[in-house]
Amino acid sequence: MIERDLVIVGGGPAGMAAAIAAHENGVEDILLLERDHCLGGILNQCIHTGFGIEYFKEVLTGPEYAHRFIEKIRSAPQIEVSLRSFVVRLEEDKRLFFIKPGVLENVKARALIMATGCREKTREMIHIAGTRPSGIFSAGLAQKLINIEGLLPGRKAVIAGSGDIGLIMARRFMLEGAEVKAVIEIQKETRGLLRNVVQCVEDFDIPVYFNHRISKIYGKERVEKISAVRVDGDFNDIPGAEIEFECDTVLISVGLIPENELIEMAGVRMDKKTNSPVSKELNRTSIPGLFVCGNSFKVYDIVDSVSRDSVIAGRLAAEYLRALR
Amino acid sequence: MNVFDTLIIGGGVIGTSIARELSRYKLRIGVVEKEEELAFGVSKSNSGIIHPGTQNAAHSLKGRLCVQGNILTRKICRELGVDFKEVGELIIAFEEKERTRLLRLKEEAEALGVPGLKIVNSAWLRENEPNLGDKAVAALYAPTAGVVSPYRLVYDLSENAKKNGAKFYTMTKVEKIAPRGACFEVYTSKGVFRTRYLINAAGLFADEISKMAGVDDFKIRPRKGEEFLLDKKREHITDHLLFPLPSKTSKGILIITTSDGNPMIGPTAEEIDDKEDLSTTDAGLKKVLAAAQRMVPSISEDDIIAYFAGLRPVAGDDFIIRHEDKVPGFINVAGIQSPGLTAAPSIALLVVDILKREGLALKRKLIFKGHRERTIHLFDIPLAKTERFIKKDASYGDIVCRCEMVSAKEARDAIRRGARTLDGIKFRTRAQAGRCHGTFCTTRLLKILSEETERPLKKITKRGPESEIIKETRTDD
Ligand SMILES: Cc1cc2nc3c(=O)[nH]c(=O)nc-3n(C[C@H](O)[C@H](O)[C@H](O)COP(=O)(O)OP(=O)(O)OC[C@H]3O[C@@H](n4cnc5c(N)ncnc54)[C@H](O)[C@@H]3O)c2cc1C
Ligand SMILES: Cc1cc2nc3c(=O)[nH]c(=O)nc-3n(C[C@H](O)[C@H](O)[C@H](O)COP(=O)(O)OP(=O)(O)OC[C@H]3O[C@@H](n4cnc5c(N)ncnc54)[C@H](O)[C@@H]3O)c2cc1C
Repeated sequence: MIERDLVIVGGGPAGMAAAIAAHENGVEDILLLERDHCLGGILNQCIHTGFGIEYFKEVLTGPEYAHRFIEKIRSAPQIEVSLRSFVVRLEEDKRLFFIKPGVLENVKARALIMATGCREKTREMIHIAGTRPSGIFSAGLAQKLINIEGLLPGRKAVIAGSGDIGLIMARRFMLEGAEVKAVIEIQKETRGLLRNVVQCVEDFDIPVYFNHRISKIYGKERVEKISAVRVDGDFNDIPGAEIEFECDTVLISVGLIPENELIEMAGVRMDKKTNSPVSKELNRTSIPGLFVCGNSFKVYDIVDSVSRDSVIAGRLAAEYLRALR
Repeated sequence: MNVFDTLIIGGGVIGTSIARELSRYKLRIGVVEKEEELAFGVSKSNSGIIHPGTQNAAHSLKGRLCVQGNILTRKICRELGVDFKEVGELIIAFEEKERTRLLRLKEEAEALGVPGLKIVNSAWLRENEPNLGDKAVAALYAPTAGVVSPYRLVYDLSENAKKNGAKFYTMTKVEKIAPRGACFEVYTSKGVFRTRYLINAAGLFADEISKMAGVDDFKIRPRKGEEFLLDKKREHITDHLLFPLPSKTSKGILIITTSDGNPMIGPTAEEIDDKEDLSTTDAGLKKVLAAAQRMVPSISEDDIIAYFAGLRPVAGDDFIIRHEDKVPGFINVAGIQSPGLTAAPSIALLVVDILKREGLALKRKLIFKGHRERTIHLFDIPLAKTERFIKKDASYGDIVCRCEMVSAKEARDAIRRGARTLDGIKFRTRAQAGRCHGTFCTTRLLKILSEETERPLKKITKRGPESEIIKETRTDD
């Protein structure tokens, strides 16, 4: 077992901002663990623009935004980055285990920052009835397939959810020459940014059905059709108000859940509803010296606010380590 | 032409159990399956319970084969390195007046030879099943109930049968059967097979196969069961399988501890017409949730991470297992509804008996390799052991599935052992079976499948032809 001053789990914008801030506040021994083969987190697949308007007062793409942080990390030798390093267990005393090809390592952290991001809600979590054929993707998976892998997962899509990710994927499908039959939104209005509504659906004449939910998915091997039903203010179905769309793909974009199974394992007090730590103050948890930041602390709308708030986690960790001495 | 002594139609738990049992003998054994992989029929979508034998009519064939099957399954699981967890079941009475029904169930089960039964009272229940609703007054406890992973059982049975010489043909759909002298010619989508004995273990389609062979005296009626899986975080919600008192057509809606740890609630029981209708419904969900919450009130809709439906192949009240004297050499193993998974090994023995009676010469092989090395799953071994595996093979340290902790090595091994589709990998390894539902691992698995099977990414499917994942490739691959 090795002991380190500060371990940060997750090399997305949150983990990177926290690492840089901790370093700037005097922490000299930092280990940043990332399970992917590069830093950047979810930003790597967000090749559209709109990042950095608040934080850098510039319009950047996701990878460009990430790159600015990656450069800073690279220039700080006190920050050791370990890629393809998957943290699989966390204990109450901030001992953690991570696996990477060829090794299983065991580290004890004096201070720990968890910046593990979030995962997307699935079709199963919102209980869409019907069959379970291929062609049902979370919007994030579809984004990764198109933007990172160069693979088009469908030609005729219906999108569940009109949040930013759903809207951006609607445009992405259109730009790839695929068709978007409809965006179905159960609420009476979108949660997405105005600019995304204009640029991603209005400009492409994609119909958005508010007060509707996908009621059933059809298709034996591949998605063939979906039906949607109108709902009232309490989300109850209005009988007789069904519409059908022929499609080969359903993208699910109905919200994010903080990915916090590790801190839960360590015994951090959790809010079961939101899957985030119970906390009175930004980034703190019920375990002293264990901080959580970014999308795993709470789901943020834009990455600029993630960077801003994660800086505080880095500072808190530095203060905590100073107090230990 | 492929020539066999015995040809089995259907690669579910019944067909593969028969194949493995027959592979002890000097025989040419073939199994034909219409799907791209084995266990893609009823055997993939059930409750995974190895029933003790309770809740069967006193003189039923089902009941007798179930009690025997419960004993045999343990031995088979040991030999094949499949997890068998003896969790025990509780059939729960929620009203005083139901107590007499518990006693009757106990007597009926004892008549069938179910061991270890006892009636437990509410104090026992509160101590041993603390999450159970406080209205429970008593229960029938059957300690020998267990759980297995049904698809892994099928894969491991078939692997072992293969090792002992049986031949498996997937994507081979039987279309016509013609008697030719003392043999059958079986016409399939992959050519003609000739066999002396023909065994029909075609699950939901056993009536159609039987008709092809010239016996048209039963119909399979599908009875749908919808099931809902809960997050592994709720693993310890119950320690036993929990049953309500049974109804006429089903054992009711249960709370099941699956062999992989996720609790499961279900199944419904609904007669339908379409043998391919595996859709789940809003009504099914409501019904299952309400019934499960009646037993364990703390179960919540938010715990659900996956769901599916399975169809029980029902032909009357009991199994149909018989040689058809009208068509010598043709054996029906039909109507294998619940508890077919449990009864599979005893059904296999019964079929071997029937074959013997019908003149098949059974000569034991000098060497039958009955043991199979246990498949490695990182999720069920301690980290210290994981470390040893990673040292031996670095790709055990290359985690592909974040929710269930499955490595690239396990995924590749699954393919080398027969997986050809994403579902096939899921059933064997649990990759894609966790709370994120494959959002994280699908991309890696697509590539691994493509590399290992030397198929382009566009040809990789979820569960066979027409279920491709990718529509177009925008790079040169
Ligand atoms: C599909 C999608 C599209 C988006 N589009 C926009 C947009 O257009 N504009 C905008 O401003 N914001 C957008 N966002 C939001 C923004 O990207 C996020 O707010 C931001 O990325 C959150 O940063 P994070 O570091 O908390 O999480 P992430 O970026 O998700 O980073 C978490 C990191 O932790 C790693 N990790 C997790 N668990 C472990 C473990 N056990 N061991 C090791 N490493 C681990 C992950 O691999 C990942 O790299 C989008 C988000 C998503 C999901
Ligand atoms: C919801 C549900 C819950 C259940 N729970 C339990 C339980 O807890 N315990 C228990 O003991 N039992 C249970 N059962 C019953 C159990 O699942 C079945 O009895 C068992 O799986 C039947 O196996 P099989 O091999 O006969 O059928 P299958 O697995 O369906 O195998 C038949 C195979 O034949 C193939 N086939 C069909 N037609 C052709 C053709 N023309 N050519 C080639 N191949 C063909 C099919 O593709 C299929 O793979 C449950 C069933 C359901 C539906």
